[in-house]
Amino acid sequence: METKRKEKGRVIEQKEIGKNIYSMWIETTISGNGRPGQFIAIYPKGESTLLPRPISICESDKKRGRLRIVYRIAGKGTKEFSQYEEGETIDVMGPIGNGFPLLDKKAIIIGGGIGIPPLLELAKEYKGKKEMILGFKGERFMDKEFLPYGSVEIATENGSSGLKGNVLDILEKGEHRGEVILACGPYPMLKGVAAYAKKRKIPAYVSLEEKMACGIGACLACVCKMKEKDSHSQVPNRRICVDGPVFLAQEVDFS
Amino acid sequence: MNKKVIIGGVELKNPILTASGTFGSGMEYNEFVDLNCLGGVITKGVSNVPWQGNDVPRVTETYGGMLNAIGLQNPGMEVFIKRDLPFLKQYDTKIIVNVCGRTEEDYIEVVERLGDEEVDMLEINVSCPNVKEGGIAFGQNPCSLEKITRKVKEKAKQPIIMKLSPNVTDITEMARAAESGGADGVSLINTITGMKIDIHKRKFALANKTGGLSGPAIKPIALRMVYQVCQSISLPVIGMGGIMNGEDAVEFFLAGARAVAVGTANFHDPYALIKVRKGIENYMEKYGIEDIHDLIGKVQ
Ligand SMILES: Cc1cc2nc3c(=O)[nH]c(=O)nc-3n(C[C@H](O)[C@H](O)[C@H](O)COP(=O)(O)OP(=O)(O)OC[C@H]3O[C@@H](n4cnc5c(N)ncnc54)[C@H](O)[C@@H]3O)c2cc1C
Ligand SMILES: Cc1cc2nc3c(=O)[nH]c(=O)nc-3n(C[C@H](O)[C@H](O)[C@H](O)COP(=O)(O)O)c2cc1C
Ligand code: FES
Repeated sequence: METKRKEKGRVIEQKEIGKNIYSMWIETTISGNGRPGQFIAIYPKGESTLLPRPISICESDKKRGRLRIVYRIAGKGTKEFSQYEEGETIDVMGPIGNGFPLLDKKAIIIGGGIGIPPLLELAKEYKGKKEMILGFKGERFMDKEFLPYGSVEIATENGSSGLKGNVLDILEKGEHRGEVILACGPYPMLKGVAAYAKKRKIPAYVSLEEKMACGIGACLACVCKMKEKDSHSQVPNRRICVDGPVFLAQEVDFS
Repeated sequence: MNKKVIIGGVELKNPILTASGTFGSGMEYNEFVDLNCLGGVITKGVSNVPWQGNDVPRVTETYGGMLNAIGLQNPGMEVFIKRDLPFLKQYDTKIIVNVCGRTEEDYIEVVERLGDEEVDMLEINVSCPNVKEGGIAFGQNPCSLEKITRKVKEKAKQPIIMKLSPNVTDITEMARAAESGGADGVSLINTITGMKIDIHKRKFALANKTGGLSGPAIKPIALRMVYQVCQSISLPVIGMGGIMNGEDAVEFFLAGARAVAVGTANFHDPYALIKVRKGIENYMEKYGIEDIHDLIGKVQ
């Protein structure tokens, strides 16, 4: 595995692309070895907010040494990030985690809300055939950026565009025939995706979230429950930060 | 410049240690910190059998600190001995194993099993606020603390450090109990029990409801307790609680700590231990201090 590092990055571009949703390009050498589905940790400034914020890599431009994140204001840290202007230096660490597998199978790539950003780099780098299903509450963001990489179907909860409902409703229509599912989004969505994949007897890889402290596998804050005992921990827990964030849904204990 | 200190007969090449539970067994932080630069590594708590720990969320941030309720998840002593110990032995640093248990017998089992291993010291955690039985129950009553200290000391082949809980009315009473029980040193403070509520979800921020507060927010309390303990017993003291940089560490030395441990700061900056070490050196240089002992307990 490539090594992680913590270094100073520089904000190259910051844009509000939706309500409370921001897209930021950061100049950092971490871009050199990041894979789709991996994430970086960003350290808010000052010691009142001690812990690093995990944010997925949305795109990486290895040539120019930049990577992009897309994030929603959720609290103090992300609020602070949204106020950075071009030229601001920030502490970043990464790349962290395993990332999505790049297979040669036909994939259904499924994203819900703020789980959509990491799927863009995935859509770009995934070699096999792929179809995208994206779900939003109402307002859409980033959906057009997926168009160069395959078909994109949309669901919105308020019915403002695409199917009124969620991504599971689109799946249940049964028109998508993939050999594997790659998904990122809220927990209930991932749980639904896991159940669907089980029914269809295809593998699903899901990207999970949990509160973190170290972000590098040492503190055991970020575990998710698994069905089987894990060889590292000797208990049915795996660390989302380094063993994940992407897991084979069939192995996760969603109960 | 002399930075060597001796605790329980063990010489540390410098007085900088990792606080238990924040550094695993060093494997992960090794990417950032050269373990050879540390006086010693205090490991995550090790129990006789694997422990699953608490439900998530296990951590939450608070102003200038954090709450944790990991619940001492660990793979158990056999895996620790087979996997983590050989890793640590590659480095020129002292190995201090933090021991946890639910019952007296649990502690003894681990202590005896580690007896013939190349471990330099044992830190006995009788102060974890996040597990139901054992742990803190031993550390909140001076009689039980003295008793378990004596039992552990009888069986231990390595020097033992008793890790004290701040969740008591009089910390000096606990320190004296550890001393009468025959401990070779004490370390403090473990985390302070706290709580956080998410007002938007109207739920506890931690699955365990309560958790242990650590980080810079607890430093004044930790420093006060270290000072009081140093005044009341003659054992060496390892001080910790909110140390973020060299200046913080120097405060603990001045209060009487013979060594310091750095915990939560590692999460804020994986290079924190190096920063603390450099900061102590800079301070000693600036004030022309040749020997770290000229700082220890020298507050006026
Ligand atoms: C692997 C991973 C990838 C992520 N990728 C993205 C992304 O690409 N875009 C995006 O907008 N968000 C992403 N998140 C969620 C993001 O980490 C949180 O929204 C963010 O940490 C909130 O920080 P805050 O200071 O604004 O909120 P606060 O509520 O002030 O945060 C307090 C503490 O809780 C933690 N926390 C709060 N919410 C979450 C959460 N959902 N997951 C993990 N920790 C949390 C914070 O890191 C911080 O330590 C990701 C989370 C994980 C685990
Ligand atoms: C995530 C986390 C896990 C911890 N696990 C342990 C443990 O296993 N055993 C123990 O004795 N103390 C444990 N502690 C307590 C620390 O070793 C230390 O006493 C405390 O955090 C105060 O130091 P700090 O403010 O520098 O973190 C843990 C602390 C944290 C934050
Ligand atoms: S955040 Fe510390 S182990 Fe994952």
